[in-house]
Parts: sequence; C-alpha cells; structure tokens
Amino acid sequence: MSSAPAWALQALRAGDNYPIMSEQALPIPSAPALDTLALEREIAQLIVRGLNLPMQADQIDPDAPLYGEGLGLDSIDILEIALIVSKQYGIQLRADNQENTRIFRSLRQFAQYVAEQRVK
Amino acid sequence: MLALPLITHDRPAAIIAWRAGRPISAAQFLADVRALAARLPASTHLLNFCSDRYRFAVGLAASLTTGKCSILPSTHTPEVVRHLRSFAPDVFCLSDDPQCPLALPQLLYVESATPERAATPERGEFSVPQIDAGQLAAYVFTSGSSGMPVPHAKTWGRLVQCVRAEVTRLPVADLAGCSILGTVPAQHMYGFESTVLLPLQSGGALCAERPFFPADIAAALAAVPRPRVLVSTPVHLRALLTAEQELPGLALIMSATAMLPVNLARAVETRYGAPLLEIYGSTETGQMASRRTALEDQWRLWPGVRLTVSDAHCSAHGGHVARPTALADVLEPTDEEHFLLHGRTADLVNIAGKRSSLAYLTHQLNAIPGVTDAVFFVRDDSQASLAGVTRLGALAVAPRLDAASIIQALRQRIDPVFLPRPLLLVEHLPRNATGKLPQHTLRALTAQAALLQPNLFA
Repeated sequence: MSSAPAWALQALRAGDNYPIMSEQALPIPSAPALDTLALEREIAQLIVRGLNLPMQADQIDPDAPLYGEGLGLDSIDILEIALIVSKQYGIQLRADNQENTRIFRSLRQFAQYVAEQRVK
Repeated sequence: MLALPLITHDRPAAIIAWRAGRPISAAQFLADVRALAARLPASTHLLNFCSDRYRFAVGLAASLTTGKCSILPSTHTPEVVRHLRSFAPDVFCLSDDPQCPLALPQLLYVESATPERAATPERGEFSVPQIDAGQLAAYVFTSGSSGMPVPHAKTWGRLVQCVRAEVTRLPVADLAGCSILGTVPAQHMYGFESTVLLPLQSGGALCAERPFFPADIAAALAAVPRPRVLVSTPVHLRALLTAEQELPGLALIMSATAMLPVNLARAVETRYGAPLLEIYGSTETGQMASRRTALEDQWRLWPGVRLTVSDAHCSAHGGHVARPTALADVLEPTDEEHFLLHGRTADLVNIAGKRSSLAYLTHQLNAIPGVTDAVFFVRDDSQASLAGVTRLGALAVAPRLDAASIIQALRQRIDPVFLPRPLLLVEHLPRNATGKLPQHTLRALTAQAALLQPNLFA
C-alpha cells in the first residue's frame, strides 16, 4: 500500500483533489462477448440510477471515458460506483490497484473488470 | 513578540509521521525541513500542492521557517490559478508530482538526502524552530459573490491557538503517540488544521497517505499503531458503512465539512466502537465548535469563542478568532458556550464537503463567452445517492452553444463537484424589475424544462 501513485496524481489535472485516474492512452480491446454486453447494460443502469445521471442507460457510449470529460463523473461518483460494485458484485476497489487505469477508462473496460472479479 | 514552536515533540526520536508503515522521527522531519528550506526560491508566496501529507507538512514548515506564506485555495482550476497569480505575482508551486498540471513556476519536492542516522542529533542538540505568533502563515480562500476567490489571512499564532483549543475538546486523554489518518486533503481548512497542524502541535503522528476507497482506509489504518484517530467526512463515513468495511481499532473518529446526520453518527459509533466528534468551522474562522453528534444536539464553542446574533446574521469572535467574523449558517445560541445549528443561509452550497456560493457559480457561468444569461440552483428533488450527495442544476440562455460545450468551459472555472446536473438551455430567463429571478419563477421554469426534456431528469 502506497501513497497516491503517479497515475493517480495525474488526475489532479481536472482540478479535483481526489486522486483517481490517469488519462494515459491505452489500446482499445476487441469486441466483448454477449454476456459482457448484458453486464455492461446492467452496470450502465446501476450507474445512471445510483448517480442520478441526466441520461438514459443506453445513451452511455461504452467506449467513452467514465471520469472527467467523457461521461463527466467526478471523484464522489467514483466512490459511489465503488459502493455499487461492492454491494452488487462483491468487488472491493483499491486505489493502488494497477488495473485502475484500465478499469475506469470506459464502461466496456469496467464491465470486463467486473466480469473477471465478481464474486456475486 | 511571542514565538511558538514549529512542533511540540520533545525528543528527536519522537514519531511525527508514518508513511507506508514506517515511522519518521521529529529529528528527520526537522532535517527534511532544513533541506527543503535551502532549496526554496526568494518568493514570498508558496502554493503547496503536495498530495503526500508528510511532504505537505515539510513544505509548510519550510515556508514558515523562511518567512514565506502558504497559498491554500480550495480548488485549483485554471481560472483560480490565474487569479492567484495576480493576487501574488511571485507565487510558485511546491509539488510532489513531476507532471504537476498547474500553470505556475514549479519546485518539485525531492526526498532529503540526509540519512536517518545523521539526522538524529547528539544529546541536547534538538533545536525546534520558533515562529513568531504574528507571522502570516497562510492565505486560505473562499468563493466570493463577485466571482473572485476571497483571501483570508491566517497567522501562525491563531492557527496554533485553534488546534490547541481543539485538543481540549477531543475525548482522547493524550494525543502524543496517536496516529492521525485523514481522508481529507491537507489544502482544505479542516484537513490543514486537523491532519497537519494538530499532529505537529500535539505530539501526535500524521499519516502521509490520503486513502480514498473503503478498503484503502482500512489498510492505511492497519499500517499504523494504535491509538488511531480517523479524520474524515460524512461522505467517507457513509461509504465505510455501506461497504460494510472492517476497520482496526480506533480511539476517535472526527467528521466535518458537511452536516453529519445523527443516525449516521450513531451507526458509525456502534459499528466501530469509537466516539465520533463532529467539528463545526469555516474557512474564515477555522474550526470553532464541536459536538458528540450521536449523543447531543447542541454544539460547544471552543475556548474563548463567542457568538453574536442579530437579525438572523451570526458572527463569531474571541478565542482564536481574531476579529468578528460572519458565519454562513443560522446558529441559535442556547447559552454563552453552546448553540444549535439550523442550516445554511440561502446562497451557500456545500457539496461533498466543498463550499461555494450560488452567486459565485452563477457569475462563472455568465462569464462564459456565448452565455447571455444563466442561473445555478440547488436541485430540490434531493434523491439521496448512496453517499448522500445532492447536486446543482443550472439554466442558461446561450443561442449558439450546446450544454456539453458550456460544461467544458465551466470545468476550467469551477470545482467539478459543482458542475450542474443538468444544465438546461432555455430561451429566456424572466427576471423581475430588480433583475432577480424569484424562486417560484425558477421552479416553474425548471419544471417546464423537465417536461420538455424528460431524459435529463431521469
């Protein structure tokens, strides 16, 4: 366990004091399997409802960044999402998880992470 | 002129901080301060942007010992940074991020090369810097209704007096040797006082980490010895409970920055078996009152602080509050030392512990090229999210712009937590003869817009 790692410190670009994510470019993975698509939809609905976002779940571009200038989520939203996945899927998010740059890069990446890690 | 010690730790080997499970001694701290002080440029103003709390503390101390003033805005958007450069043209930024995004001359914090062994002085050579009580230690900022951040000067003497007052109210016998961990940034007034100044002035140890997710908070606490103090906010406390997070033994939990619901306070005390002290304060006054929310309604003012109420306007004075200072809330004194808190005055908003004013935010929105009229409002329908955070909405008249580009422009100006959800574009804001938009008119407009654009109020 360490203090905010470098990728987290980069997130301060948004003027937000909570260290969460990097905006490093990463390769976009290939198309997901059908069950991941269903999970994507489920997660999109949880996020829209849980965060009272001003859109419908199916209006979320699965490849758009979740944080900052994509979906426009801020650090409080990320904390909310952590609680949602904890309750729903039994996953515990950690700030020093090397995967975080991938996880929050898009809804699709997030859904893939949940699919891999879920215990519920 | 009265001088006060930089730290109250009385032995070179006393632990003043923890990082990654390793202790840092007072002697090491003072050596690090000397090393950094030698590297600081001639400027009088230093913006301390270190995210590691230990480095922040070293930066603060180096600034104090060289007669510099720390600039501590509550947000660091490009607009605010621009304003700070005109407020203090010689300001430079001290950061522990090699890619610090702030448009200021940068000084990167570098770990001191002094080896631990060499830092520990011979018997009798432990020399703690003494700082004049009248020395200007920092400027903190609030959001003014004119749209410009307003500076508030903090002297070393008043800051020390405030945290020494805090010590008298904490239900802990002795803070010396306590590990004090915070989820709040060192740059905000509450974090500045309770996670940095408090350990330095009480013989306690600050923790370098600032954990975020519930599992991280647990890990950070487990890495330091008892007795442990958690300095946090309602958002994080609620998150810990919701996540059903186990925590190691705590001696004390503190909460501030937003109202702590009594049910949450009781649930936290029951779950974690520690007293929860809620702190009331403001950027202008610093921390000034506290209560054990699970057990009592009334707040108790800190030693010497007194309230004056006239016409629903409250101000505080005395103790560490140097001059009568207006408060943003409606307080009802019940006796000389106690009061009940009735909530915010109309213009001020507090979201996830960050404070702003609707007037300030509205001004920022109106300043965007292409926006001809606009207004921010607090969403009435406060659907409580898991973390209990409500959001703002906004109406704007901007014939040639779309909501997305306006929000993009707002991101340059205001803290992300205040971004409107939603931003509704309208043709006209029907202001009355005095130029105001009455509440009922605003509500009607918003309801109308909601009917036309139902998706936005999902």
